[in-house]
Amino acid sequence: MTAAPRRATTSAMIASLAAEGQRTAPAPFGHALSRLAETDDRIVGMTADLGKYTDLHVFAERFPDRFYQMGMAEQLLMGAAAGMAREGFMPFATTYAVFASRRAYDFICMAIAEEHLPVRIVCALPGLTTGYGPSHQATEDLAIFRGMPGMTIIDPCDAHDIAGAVPAIAAHPGPVYMRLLRGNVPLVLDEYDYRFELGRAAMLRDGADVLVISSGIMTMRALEAAKLLEADRIGAAVLHSPTIKPLDTETILAAAARPGRLVVVAENHSEIGGLGEAVAALLLRHGHGPRFRQIALPDRFLDAGALPTLHDRYGISTTEVARRIREWL
Amino acid sequence: MPPALANAPTLPERARRIRLHALRMGEVQGQGYIAQALGIADVLAVAYFHAMSFRAEDPAWEGRDRFLLSIGHYAIALYAALAEAGIVPVSELDTYGSDDSRLPMSGMAAYTPGMEITGGSLGQGLTVAVGMCLGLKRKASRSLVYTLLSDGELNEGATWEAAMSAAHWSLDNLVALVDVNQMQADGRSSSVLGFEPLAEKWRAFGWHAQRVDGNDIPSLVAAFDAARNATVAGPRVIICDTRMARGVPFLEAREKSHFLRVEPHEWADAIRLVEGAAP
Repeated sequence: MTAAPRRATTSAMIASLAAEGQRTAPAPFGHALSRLAETDDRIVGMTADLGKYTDLHVFAERFPDRFYQMGMAEQLLMGAAAGMAREGFMPFATTYAVFASRRAYDFICMAIAEEHLPVRIVCALPGLTTGYGPSHQATEDLAIFRGMPGMTIIDPCDAHDIAGAVPAIAAHPGPVYMRLLRGNVPLVLDEYDYRFELGRAAMLRDGADVLVISSGIMTMRALEAAKLLEADRIGAAVLHSPTIKPLDTETILAAAARPGRLVVVAENHSEIGGLGEAVAALLLRHGHGPRFRQIALPDRFLDAGALPTLHDRYGISTTEVARRIREWL
Repeated sequence: MPPALANAPTLPERARRIRLHALRMGEVQGQGYIAQALGIADVLAVAYFHAMSFRAEDPAWEGRDRFLLSIGHYAIALYAALAEAGIVPVSELDTYGSDDSRLPMSGMAAYTPGMEITGGSLGQGLTVAVGMCLGLKRKASRSLVYTLLSDGELNEGATWEAAMSAAHWSLDNLVALVDVNQMQADGRSSSVLGFEPLAEKWRAFGWHAQRVDGNDIPSLVAAFDAARNATVAGPRVIICDTRMARGVPFLEAREKSHFLRVEPHEWADAIRLVEGAAP
């Protein structure tokens, strides 16, 4: 009797997203925040029982008296962060993206955003970055926060992006929601001539046949897919747009205006209400009508399972991205 | 605490004037949460004219005690108190609830001097208060944060997250005021969602709790003093049993509802009654 092939298993939540052998950096958010806090006394760290799981523990160890453990109470976390900001401090409030977006929405909306307070909400497990199922998969967080007036939204790609985004969002006057990759975070963008600028999209590589506009981990996937497509003599440009709101409309419109290219938006988010629809609406409003396709998660509650299995199943793995682009061309 | 001037109005007189300001706002609009305003006037008089430090000419003065109106629909009452305190001009009260007024129907921080937070989404005020108290302690400030909640608001779970947190952080700079007027949107508070025994509940959460007649000024003065001076660690709560529409007997006698109906001609009658009560 031959043994059945071993099935992939769901990883613990703290598992790294990095592929085997991929370069990584540990806890980029925690280290970047600690560096910044050396010179900015206003910064305090606050969490809802997820300090270790959002890399805020690095800050907590460095600045124990500036760290506020608020307990597993996300509404309180956001209200208290608002109060702290009212008294002149700059809270970085961390939890999982599902809890900030679904549970604490009204507190973020009324106590923070309506008052334009400088609270930085930094949330792990964005989109499909855990195999725990819908309770932990924030597949609609961007849609939720895009509807909130005055909220700046960041979806960084890798450790390099996060390290650049932390000081940039600290310097921004209003509230910010940032998606977070934690633990040993892939390191990709340092190989490109790129550094994070709030509100700016950046062309990471050029290509004549397809323009991929992407954010978050999908930029990493798009760059990998572009290499696969290159072997098939397909030229793929990758425009990384880590600021979801406000969109870098100028750069996106200029890139999409180049004739003859298929425009694909790739996002680690539901097909509803994220970067894809934001870009589609932008193009329509400005009278651009390129061929347009979306790589995004389906409008469904997603399965539990191993991340590589799920990324293949829902079409956001590198091979699936490359396969679908080939099909569309 | 502001220096007591020999000719300063007494607290009952302050409360009477707060009622009068509120009634005049209600008369202009022909509506308003007037029953709540009349009920809470004594608490506001003691808060602003006995307990709190503030500078009328500089509402954002760093050394002020903060007053958070979590129950945003009580704005009519707070505007009345802010006018009496000299923070909002009395002449401006006529604009209450009108387009482009600084005095909207539900209190918002960006609109009104002295309005510390945007309330109205009930259950948020105490969470913000916790953060402000933590921030004040970081700054080694001695300012206190007073937060006005209502009995109905205690239905909101986040209030109890904040209650646990305030005790956990030993926030002795936090004074919660709970207006128990036994009325919320759908009816009598204790039948909408029972909340008793209230003082015991707060004590079990680690708070220094007092329960007083919220329309009895000497009791309120004693309670505010005790809240400030208590030597126990941790946050303080003053549960204030109030009577809606207090001070206008014919409204007080009317069948109560969340939004008390007042006929157009009755505003002037009510104002005359309160004017006539001057010492």
